[in-house]
Amino acid sequence: MLILNCPCCGVTAEETEFHAGGEAHLKRFGPDSSNEDFENYMFMRQNPKGVHLERWRHNNGCGKWFHAARCTMTLEVFGTYSAQTYEPPKEICDLISAKRPGWSWGAFS
Amino acid sequence: MSNLISALDKATDNSGIAKIEEIGLQGMITLRGDLSKAAVKKAATSVTGVEMPTLGHANHDGASGLCWMSTDELLVLCPYDQVADTLAKMHTALGKAHALAVDVSDARASLRVSGPNAREVMAKLAPVDLSPEAFKPGMFRRTRMAQVAAAFWMVDDATFQIVCFRSNAQYVFDLLKVAAQNGSEVGFFK
Ligand SMILES: [Zn+2]
Repeated sequence: MLILNCPCCGVTAEETEFHAGGEAHLKRFGPDSSNEDFENYMFMRQNPKGVHLERWRHNNGCGKWFHAARCTMTLEVFGTYSAQTYEPPKEICDLISAKRPGWSWGAFS
Repeated sequence: MSNLISALDKATDNSGIAKIEEIGLQGMITLRGDLSKAAVKKAATSVTGVEMPTLGHANHDGASGLCWMSTDELLVLCPYDQVADTLAKMHTALGKAHALAVDVSDARASLRVSGPNAREVMAKLAPVDLSPEAFKPGMFRRTRMAQVAAAFWMVDDATFQIVCFRSNAQYVFDLLKVAAQNGSEVGFFK
């Protein structure tokens, strides 16, 4: 079970107070995009073993969305951060690097 | 005028290790907006007579109070028969500020759990650290109770007040009754 801290309201609770919202930092490809870009955006996901960046929502709490960096293998949560960003902030990357040196995820490392 | 009654019409259960009661009609107004804006603060504090609550807290004075729901939402409590007046005053205070104030009193139910085992009964149902060191009167928590959304605070050290959706009132009442069954003390907080 994951223990998550909501960066919006400060509450730390186990995952049943939250709801998973899928992979983080997707770039949307809309109506004028190519079929390939749209397919990638719509269907293709990383599904990594190890470091993963996800969107979560504090649905039984403050109701806000946020991001979480965690390990899919050990369920360790490296940290949570604001939803209002296109990339993980440096302090989160540093926290991951401390535990998983040499990690990479999409365009981030 | 029809006779207004709350979801469970003040049902009470005193058969277990804590007293459970549905406490009747409570005025509730949802206020959404930028909580740092003067007009929003004034709309909330002027009608309740309590100060703005800080993150994760609630301030109460009898049936009136302010509960911190999220970064842009407050739950304004007032006596049920004063909701219309309170709402009118809030709209005046808000003026042109970008905010929303809506009467949600009849969409909700209010329950209380009291007695020396109240903490234990609540702790069985919500994923919240309810040890006396971690959760104290003055704090406010939105969470779930078993399968439904709920919010609660402590009126005093042995009394929880719960807000849930009106349609979930019977579920929450029954849930609390089961969690308060005789002989089900865990003794975790003693
Ligand atoms: Zn939250």
